[in-house]
Amino acid sequence: MTSETILYGLVLLPLFGGLAAFALRSDRLRRALLLLVAFGHLALALMALRARPAPVLNGWIALDDAGLLFLLVTSILFAAAAVYAQGYLRSESRPAHRDPEESFLFDNAPEAVFTGCLLLFLGTMTLVEVSRHLGLVWVAVEATTLASAPLIYFHRHHRSLEAVWKYLMICSVGIALALLGLFFLVSVEFAPSLQLDHILRDAARLPAPWLKAAFIFMLVGYGTKMGLAPMHTWLPDAHSEAPSLVSALLSGSLLNCAFLALWRMVQVCTAAGLGDFVRDLLLALGLVSLGMAALFIVQQRDFKRLLAYSSIENMGIMAIGAALGATGAAGAFLHALNHSLIKGALFFVAGSLLALYGTRATDAVRGLSRRAPAVARLWLLGLLAIGGMPPFGAFASKFIVVRSAIVQGHAAVAAAFLLLVFVVFVGLSGVALRMILGPPSEPKSESRAALSPAWIVPPAVLLLLSLVLGVCIPAFLERIIQGAAGITGVWP
Amino acid sequence: MNDLLLILVILTNLRLLASSRLGSCITWAAWQGIVLGVLTISAAWPHPPLQTWVLAVMAASLKGLVFPWLLFRTLRRVQVRREIEPYLGFNLSLGIGLLLLCVAFGLARRLPVPEGLGSAFWMPAAFFSLLAGLLLIVARKTAIMQVIGYLVLENGIFAYGAGAARHAPLVLELGILLDLFVAVFVMGIALFHIARDFDHISVDRLVSLKE
Repeated sequence: MTSETILYGLVLLPLFGGLAAFALRSDRLRRALLLLVAFGHLALALMALRARPAPVLNGWIALDDAGLLFLLVTSILFAAAAVYAQGYLRSESRPAHRDPEESFLFDNAPEAVFTGCLLLFLGTMTLVEVSRHLGLVWVAVEATTLASAPLIYFHRHHRSLEAVWKYLMICSVGIALALLGLFFLVSVEFAPSLQLDHILRDAARLPAPWLKAAFIFMLVGYGTKMGLAPMHTWLPDAHSEAPSLVSALLSGSLLNCAFLALWRMVQVCTAAGLGDFVRDLLLALGLVSLGMAALFIVQQRDFKRLLAYSSIENMGIMAIGAALGATGAAGAFLHALNHSLIKGALFFVAGSLLALYGTRATDAVRGLSRRAPAVARLWLLGLLAIGGMPPFGAFASKFIVVRSAIVQGHAAVAAAFLLLVFVVFVGLSGVALRMILGPPSEPKSESRAALSPAWIVPPAVLLLLSLVLGVCIPAFLERIIQGAAGITGVWP
Repeated sequence: MNDLLLILVILTNLRLLASSRLGSCITWAAWQGIVLGVLTISAAWPHPPLQTWVLAVMAASLKGLVFPWLLFRTLRRVQVRREIEPYLGFNLSLGIGLLLLCVAFGLARRLPVPEGLGSAFWMPAAFFSLLAGLLLIVARKTAIMQVIGYLVLENGIFAYGAGAARHAPLVLELGILLDLFVAVFVMGIALFHIARDFDHISVDRLVSLKE
C-alpha cells in the first residue's frame, strides 16, 4: 500500500463505513461493521505512524506531528468505544426504556442512525486531524458538530433534545465566528494561501491588526467547541445526556480536534511575532476554565456532569500549556493524550454505573466496591488519575505545564493553577470515595446483575495505557510530541 | 451598486428585528440571501470569473430558495402559532438594532479597510448582520427564530467573504455552503422533534438542564 492511499483510506474508510451502516438492516452485521471499521482505522493509523505518508492534494491533506498524535488518540479511543458499543447496544436494544430520573418511557433512535453517525463522526474528526489547510480544518470541524448531534439525541426524550439543541446552536454560532476570523486572514492585501506551510512562511508579512482580529474570532469559535469557559455552556449538558460511549468520544477526541484547530492559529500568530498577545489571551481563558470547573466540581451531584466539568478543567490546562512556549505546549499535547485516555475510560465506567444503578446521582450510588468490585476499582483509579495522582500520566503532563509557567516567570499563574488543580482533586476523590465505600445502596431501576467483559475491558486497557505513559514515554512518542509543540512544525 | 446592495442587507436586518410574524421573517431572510448572491457578482464586477458565478448561484439558491422552503415546511409540519413571542419587544429590538448598527460602524473603523473593497459599507454591513443575528438568537423564544438568527449571522459572514475573500478557492466556499446546508437540515429535524415532544417550539420550555 502506498503512503498516499493511507491518508485517503483514513478519511474514506469511516465515511463509507458510515454510509453502509445506514443501509444495513441486520443489527448484528452492523455491529460487526463498526468493529471492522474501528480496527481497520486503527491499523491504518499505525501504518501512518510507521510510513509517515507524504502530503496529498497540494498539501491540503498531510499528517504532521500534531495531527498524527491526535489521530492515534482518536483511533485508539474509537476502537475501545467500538468494543464497548457491543455490550452497550445489546443492552439498549429493548423497545422502550424507563427514564432513570423522571420515570417516563422513551425510545431510542434507530441503531442504524446511531452506528452510521458514529462512523461519520470518526471520519470528520480524522479529516480535522489530517487537514493542513485552515479552510479545510474549518469545514471539517463544523462537520464534526453535525455528525455528532444525532448521537447526543440517541435517547429520544426532552432532556437530550434540549442538550442537542444547545449543542447545535452554540457550537454552530461559535464556529461561524471562527469563519469570520478565517476571512479576516485572506482579506489582507496579498491574500495568502491558507495552506499551513504557506501561511507560516508568509506570517511575518501579515498585518498585525488583521491577524489579531482573526485570532480573537478563532479563539472564541474554536474555544467554544473546545469547551473553554465562558463559552463552555453546551458541554456539561451534551456530555451528560449523550450515551456514555459518545461522551467518551466527545470528550476524548472532539475537544482535541478543536484544540488542534486553535493550535494551528497559535502557530501562525507565534510565527508572526504575536506570541505575547496570544499568550495573555490563552492564559486568561485557561485560568477562567480551571476556576469555573473547580467551582462546579466541588458541588456536583451528577457523576456524568462531574466528568464533563473535569473535561473543561483539562481543556483549561491545555490552553495554559499552549500559551507557555514550546515546553509548555509539549506538556499540553502530553496532557491531551493522557486526558483522552483517562476520560474515555471514565465515561465508559460511568456508562457501567448507569447500567448498574440506573441513576446519575452520586448520592444514590453507595458501596460500589461490594456490588461491582471491578467497576469500583476502575472508577477510583480513573478519578485519581485524572486528578493528577502519580504514577498516572496526567501527573507528569500537569507537572510540565506548571513548571514551564514558573520557569517563564508566571508565578501567579502557577500558584492559581496549583490551587485550582488541588481543589478539583479533592472534589473528585471525595466523590469517588463516597460512591465506593459504605453499605451498598439499592438500584433505582431494573438492572442487570453482571456486566459482560465488553463493559470492563476497554476502560481497563485505556487506564493501563495512561499508566504506561506516566512511567515512561516511548522514544517515538516523545519525538512526535516535540515535533507537535515545535513552533514551525517539524516536517519528517 | 455595491453600496446599494449593502444598504439593502442592513435594511433587511432591521426589518427582521421589527417583524412579528414567523412567515415574514423567513421571507425577509430569503430576500437577504438573494441580495447576497447578487452582491457576490457585483463585488467582482466588471469581470466576474466563472467560479464567482457558480458560488453566487449556489448561495442565492440555497439561502433564497432551499432554506426558506425547508423552514416553511417545518413550520407547516409543526403547526405552531405564527407569532414570534419575543423576550424583547419589537420596538425595543429595533432600538437595540440601531444601537448595534452604530457599534458595527464603530468596530469597522477600528480595522483598516482591506484593499479592493470598493464600498465603505462592507465591514459595517457584515458586522451588523452578525450582531443582528446574535440578537435574534437571544431575544426570541421560538426555536425557528434562532435558526433564522443563525442564518442572518452566517449571511453577515458570507457578505464579508464575498467582498474580502474573493481569492478563496471555490471548493472551500462550496464546502462551507455544504456545511451550512447540513446544519440547517439537522436543525430542521431537531425543530420537528422539539415541536412533537413539547407541543411547542418555544425555547423557554428547554430549561431542565442546569446546575
